[in-house]
Amino acid sequence: MPMTMAAALRGSLVTLVKGLGGPRWQQLASRQFSVSAGLCGPDGPPTRADATFNVTMIPGDGVGPELMTAVKDVFKAGDVPVEFEEFHLSEVQNMASEDKLEQVLTSMKNNKVAMKGKIHTPMEFKGELASYEMKLRRKLDLFANVVHVNSLPGYSTRHNNLDLVIIREQTEGEYSALEHESVTGVIECLKIITRKKSRRIAKFAFDYATKKGRNKVTAVHKANIMKLGDGLFLQSCAEVAELYPKIKYDSIIIDNCCMQLVQNPYQFDVLVMPNLYGNIIDNLAAGLVGGAGVVPGESYSAEYAVFETGARHPFAQAVGRNIANPTAMLLSAANMLRHLNLEFHSHMVSDAVKRVIKQGKVRTRDLRGYSTTGDFVRTGDLGGYATSDEFTRAVIANLDV
Amino acid sequence: MNSKGIVVFRKKRTTNAFRCISKSTVCSILASYALDLLFSTSIYLYLCFNPLQFNLQYLHQITITYGGRHTVTLIPGDGIGPELLNHVREVFRFSCVPVDFEVVHVNSALESEDDINNAITAIRRNGVALKGNIETKHTMPPSVKSRNNLLRTSLDLFANVMHCQSLPGVQTRHKNIDIMIIRENTEGEYSSLEHESVSGVVESLKIITRNNSLRIAEYAFNLAKEQGRRRVTAVHKANIMKLGDGLFLQCCREVASGYPDITFDSMIVDNTTMQLVSRPEQFDVMVMPNLYGNVVSNVCAGLVGGPGLVPGANYGRDYAVFETATRNTGKSIAERNIANPTAMLLASCMMLDHLKLNDYASLIRNAVLTTMNENRLHTPDIGGQGTTSEVVQSVMKIIQSKGQLTAEL
Repeated sequence: MPMTMAAALRGSLVTLVKGLGGPRWQQLASRQFSVSAGLCGPDGPPTRADATFNVTMIPGDGVGPELMTAVKDVFKAGDVPVEFEEFHLSEVQNMASEDKLEQVLTSMKNNKVAMKGKIHTPMEFKGELASYEMKLRRKLDLFANVVHVNSLPGYSTRHNNLDLVIIREQTEGEYSALEHESVTGVIECLKIITRKKSRRIAKFAFDYATKKGRNKVTAVHKANIMKLGDGLFLQSCAEVAELYPKIKYDSIIIDNCCMQLVQNPYQFDVLVMPNLYGNIIDNLAAGLVGGAGVVPGESYSAEYAVFETGARHPFAQAVGRNIANPTAMLLSAANMLRHLNLEFHSHMVSDAVKRVIKQGKVRTRDLRGYSTTGDFVRTGDLGGYATSDEFTRAVIANLDV
Repeated sequence: MNSKGIVVFRKKRTTNAFRCISKSTVCSILASYALDLLFSTSIYLYLCFNPLQFNLQYLHQITITYGGRHTVTLIPGDGIGPELLNHVREVFRFSCVPVDFEVVHVNSALESEDDINNAITAIRRNGVALKGNIETKHTMPPSVKSRNNLLRTSLDLFANVMHCQSLPGVQTRHKNIDIMIIRENTEGEYSSLEHESVSGVVESLKIITRNNSLRIAEYAFNLAKEQGRRRVTAVHKANIMKLGDGLFLQCCREVASGYPDITFDSMIVDNTTMQLVSRPEQFDVMVMPNLYGNVVSNVCAGLVGGPGLVPGANYGRDYAVFETATRNTGKSIAERNIANPTAMLLASCMMLDHLKLNDYASLIRNAVLTTMNENRLHTPDIGGQGTTSEVVQSVMKIIQSKGQLTAEL
């Protein structure tokens, strides 16, 4: 076949080759006509004027920038039609200002989609209660955080074949940034639960369960103590559940939920909860399958979607040591591609990552390996000796372009 | 449920009856009382068995997009429905439309109403649906209601809207037709209230209510105003059904008085159909009760090229369902790759407009119209030789050439 023709038909051929090689043959069969028409057409598919998606990128602090480099390298190698607009927003490096936040928001308004690292929040109080992380979440109204905790084949932990989804309300609750000293020495922190937001997150959870074909939604609460606040949350979940007769609904108290998660996590399917419980459960569940380096996460508002790691830590002690595990961020990037309708590229990236993990040759330290972030040879967090760079290179080598 | 609504309605109905009394004889007084009694019982039954929204109305206020993506219920239906909707999904996927579908199957062969109730709940969740027609088998026992009708009444989708427009590329007898038909969708002859009062005597109840008539008239005039239309024609048979259709006509008049910029006139249904086939250009916006709407919309669809070309929408306060305008099942041409995908694709564009995804809607709509009018790639129903998938292919190629972001073919 002539080179030009081959180039013009790359898209179709890739689908064809990929389809025949993997589980996508069924999809291929269902749209056979499209492929054949692409091949037999008189002049191939017409060229497109603009075929890249713009995505906002906020690398954040700690290892964030390193992980983003890994994502960019993999995208470049895989010829993914995505362009990033980068914004360095950081509170600890004096790179945060209202201006900068405004820029990020404007970019988000155009792009609707972002990839984000963790923006570190200093512990000490400097006159402002809400962190930039929270400001961003509030301004974009990113109410739903989704963490899909999925065991990675090839890396065995105490619990294997784990598959559960944690959905967390993240705009109210304990994170209201409403604290005051009523009398000297007495501090009151307000936890806010509203019916509207509780229903919204409950509906999100049930919609997510419906869309992903899941069977059960469990609400996590502490209504035995906070009878009104968490009671309202629980009641809202129960009301929304009426609309989803095919999905089982039950509830569990947060402390028991934690215990059950470490003893028998298989009983859970989709979990929905208010803000702080979500934070704890996210981290706990991520720990079950390998830690912060392997679990992707995403946050949604009505309009926007932000893709990040499931357990959000800057991991500052690893900066520049080339040991961070890029798995979580790469899987998150794959989820982003699916969100952008780039189904094929999404599979390409996530398959490559999973293949590297399954082969088990390249592991970062967290996966008991010796590779660097760039090389995906088991970076330190999974107990390996590979550097991050090694890991990334291994992923690129495994891309099925 | 609104027991208040019934009371209010009863009062209004009675005053209406009294208005007639002053003009009529004793005989008709008795008749109107009898009628009133019949009406009140039937409406009571109607409201009782109509599973209207229970206490879940807040849900429509909750946003239903996540990260800009919508979820839409997809009911493939029977006949050509499944294949056409597969094409729609393919085009959506290809055009990177941020819409995900929740597919809900309704088995028309089953007597139980579980399937359709399930579909209705799914629409309550998502707010919007795209559907193929579900076959109504006449061989089933009379207790089995039309699933399509059940869906419309349960969700209170009171306004059926179709826009019949001549396509320059399609050969028809009439050119320059541009008619909007607005049809009351929940009551009238479709009340599903029939009984055998004496052996051999069957009574079917046609229900016209003031509330619903005002509502549909208001909808029609509002739409006419929004779309910059000049004239609204009410279609009726008030010369025979003086009370029922009379009420409808009166409601239209009342609403019309609030829209001085729009001309209002009325036409009897039989004459309307004749005028439609002889001089269709005279019509602009038409509003009518249920059964006339069914007849007139089919006539109009025929005028512009048949059931394969015209999209339709059903709107309620909280929900919207999109389908082909004439709601054909198309069993005879199912799975032969010859059905015309135009109507369903245009219906999906109406849905995108409803979701405020106007850019995607016009992108796909223009591609479909270009295929019809410029490329003249036609399926056999409008005298062409093309297959369904060829038309869809052509649509996707046009979309791709517009420089829009597209997924892999």
